[in-house]
Amino acid sequence: MKRAAVTLAALAFAGLTGAAMLELSAPPVRLAAQVAANIERSGVAHPVTAVLLNFRGYDTLLEIAVLLIALVGLTAVARRDDAAPAPSAAEPVLQTLARLAAPLMALVAVYLLWAGAFRPGGAFQAGAVLAAAAVLLNLARLLPAWTSPGAGLRWGLAAGFLVFLIVAAATIGEGALLQYPPAWAGGLILAIEAGLAVSLGLTLAGLFLFLSEEERP
Amino acid sequence: MTTGLLFALAGAALFAMGAAGVVLLAQILRRILAFNVMGSGAFLALVGLAQRDGAADPVPQAMVLTGIVVAVAATALALALARRYRALTGRDALAGDD
Repeated sequence: MKRAAVTLAALAFAGLTGAAMLELSAPPVRLAAQVAANIERSGVAHPVTAVLLNFRGYDTLLEIAVLLIALVGLTAVARRDDAAPAPSAAEPVLQTLARLAAPLMALVAVYLLWAGAFRPGGAFQAGAVLAAAAVLLNLARLLPAWTSPGAGLRWGLAAGFLVFLIVAAATIGEGALLQYPPAWAGGLILAIEAGLAVSLGLTLAGLFLFLSEEERP
Repeated sequence: MTTGLLFALAGAALFAMGAAGVVLLAQILRRILAFNVMGSGAFLALVGLAQRDGAADPVPQAMVLTGIVVAVAATALALALARRYRALTGRDALAGDD
């Protein structure tokens, strides 16, 4: 009974939403044209990076704060067994491949960070590649799972948010939050992105590594 | 019909499927996954509707990029809570929800 009712409601919702999408008129505001008109003043040449870190910088600022809070919440509920997990048999092929891949992934992350200014790429992609390298090393048992974050790790996790906040505080005199002086915008965005990439990589890696210790078979 | 509109329609279908899954599925892990399907549908509709006239719009793309990372973090937190719940109670469905 419940299953039929919910299925019917979902079907009706999908049908109504789809019909509404087909009826939509042209948007009254052309955001893409506004971005293209102001891209020269943003300090970067790629529109998505310009939106993320200049025009809508406060969204990204709040996002990195949300990530930090999620990780803090996760470390609070993750169970920490003091008993060390039994070391399993080393897998030489996997470990050799992981040793080869990890430095290359770090290199790719730096490239993505640099490329974000003028083509698809940027801090998020760089952070995701860094985190994937950490997960790969953990799965190959070259990197132990994290238990309690030490001082260095804490500063690394907070670096992106701190750099972002410092830039926001320093440029507050420009009139609006995160409105950079056009001459400095490129350098400021690269500095923020570098901090973001490090913090995002550590945060995303932490989401996996703080949990990977438990219940390992 | 443009490709963007097709993406948006697929997004609406995914959202409805995910919402039905959140209501109907009992296990916490399946609910978390269904919630992620819902989120993916919302992202697809956002990006698809913005480019329904053919030209890509960087503003919703940047918003969705932000949203994906937040969704990953929220999923990880939900999984941590689900594991803790399972470790404490030995159950993988919420109480009173069988």
